[in-house]
Amino acid sequence: MKHVDAIIVGGGPAGLAAAIELRRKGIDDILILEREKKPGGILRQCIHDGFGLTRFGETLSGPEYAARFVREAESLEIPCLTDTTVLEITPDRHVFASSSEHGMMEFEAGAIILAMGCRERTRGAISIPGTRPAGVYTAGVAQAYINLKNKMVGRRVIILGSGDIGMIMARRMTLEGAEVLGVFEVQPYASGLPRNVEQCLNDYNIPLSLSHTVTDIRGTDRLESVVISEVDDHMQPIPGTEKEYECDTLVLSVGLIPENELTWMAGAEKDPGTSGPAVDENYQTTVPGIFAAGNVLHVHDLVDFVSLEAEALADSAARFITQGSLPESKLAVRGGELVGGLTPSRISGESDVTVSFRVRRPLRDCTVEIRQGETVLKRRKMAKALPAEMIQIKLAADKLNTTDDLEVTVSC
Amino acid sequence: MLREFTCIMCPQGCDISVELEGKTIKGISGNKCPKGEAYVTQEIENPMRNIATSVLVDGGDLPLASVRLSGVIPKDRIFDVMAEIRKVEVPAPVHEGDVVIADVLGLGVDVIVTKDVEAA
Repeated sequence: MKHVDAIIVGGGPAGLAAAIELRRKGIDDILILEREKKPGGILRQCIHDGFGLTRFGETLSGPEYAARFVREAESLEIPCLTDTTVLEITPDRHVFASSSEHGMMEFEAGAIILAMGCRERTRGAISIPGTRPAGVYTAGVAQAYINLKNKMVGRRVIILGSGDIGMIMARRMTLEGAEVLGVFEVQPYASGLPRNVEQCLNDYNIPLSLSHTVTDIRGTDRLESVVISEVDDHMQPIPGTEKEYECDTLVLSVGLIPENELTWMAGAEKDPGTSGPAVDENYQTTVPGIFAAGNVLHVHDLVDFVSLEAEALADSAARFITQGSLPESKLAVRGGELVGGLTPSRISGESDVTVSFRVRRPLRDCTVEIRQGETVLKRRKMAKALPAEMIQIKLAADKLNTTDDLEVTVSC
Repeated sequence: MLREFTCIMCPQGCDISVELEGKTIKGISGNKCPKGEAYVTQEIENPMRNIATSVLVDGGDLPLASVRLSGVIPKDRIFDVMAEIRKVEVPAPVHEGDVVIADVLGLGVDVIVTKDVEAA
């Protein structure tokens, strides 16, 4: 069994940024374990541009954004085992992994960085009734077929869900000659960014229908049609509104879930608000020495914030590796009713904190307030707040006390 | 005439309201930065977009190399440019920044590779 100071599970944007920053902080003994054949994560198939505006001050395609980190990691000679699957992580920081080349491997880690990202919700996750023909894909799978494998998924396409990947695939398939009949969203508002409604749907005259969902899938071998219904205020289909659309492809863009099987195996507690692990301001889970950042922690809107979060994580992981522990975080972080996906879940009150969350529904002219007891630490007025956008607010250590829980509220 | 725009220059996606007289902007509000006004001006005169797609690679470790344009093109030329890009097959290896079509259709922009594909 080999000891490694820092094992990073996942070589996507979070893992690569954490590895590079750890090395810069003086941690030499690092190992990245990556399931795919090449590092870069999901960015390898996100060939559209728009990445990097915050992190690099310019707009890049996904592969270009990833390559900046891959090349940096290579120039720093950070080892990365690809084609390697992590099978188990134990609470005492043993990591079991396997690959065809090396067989079973066991490592003992000074710190473990969880950077596994997220996965897509599937047809099963939202229980769409109907038959089970070919031609039903999640948006990311369709994207991988088209952008990595040169396989066109279909010609007449319906998209369920207005997540960013779904809208980006609507444009991508249109450019490749498919007819995208429409994007249907169960909520009364688009779940992706407004710019993608504009540049991916409106630019190509693809209709977006809000408060609609798929209520039947028809076809034996290949998808033949789907039935779309309007939904009421409680997102229940309204009888009599059914409309059948002939199509050979249904693309689902119905949400992302942090991929945390290994996290739970290691004994880390879940944060019910994010579906990711509960962490403190150091991105440390409830298991000492196991850290999480990026989409495995909470689903981000922009990769730039994934990179920045992983770099912040590296700072605390490096301190843990050199000091053996971090100050305990005993104060709870709580969100009001309009606050969703709030992280971290607890803080010490002794160091800087970045609070991340999303509003639960689109709001106008609202005020975000962060309080400890009676003290208002931050108040931010927002003309517009959308669930599609992650809100991040930094709090400096010298403003915090070490006795009161942190409350995050949004009011209109 | 009042026209509403959603700015696509960055992920903030500002809602911009513009008071127009013909093609002249008489008033603008909602944009948080100067890029918004530049975007709206362009949208009124001649909407421009970048596109991303892929080219076939012969003998590479991947079948495709992703590409984008070095700059924006008129929105109504997108499908013409797609047709040009679809004709291209390049031999491996290709590297980020390689030009696969220079000055595509005389529009003044190049089609450039955004992903390294090595020879298999």
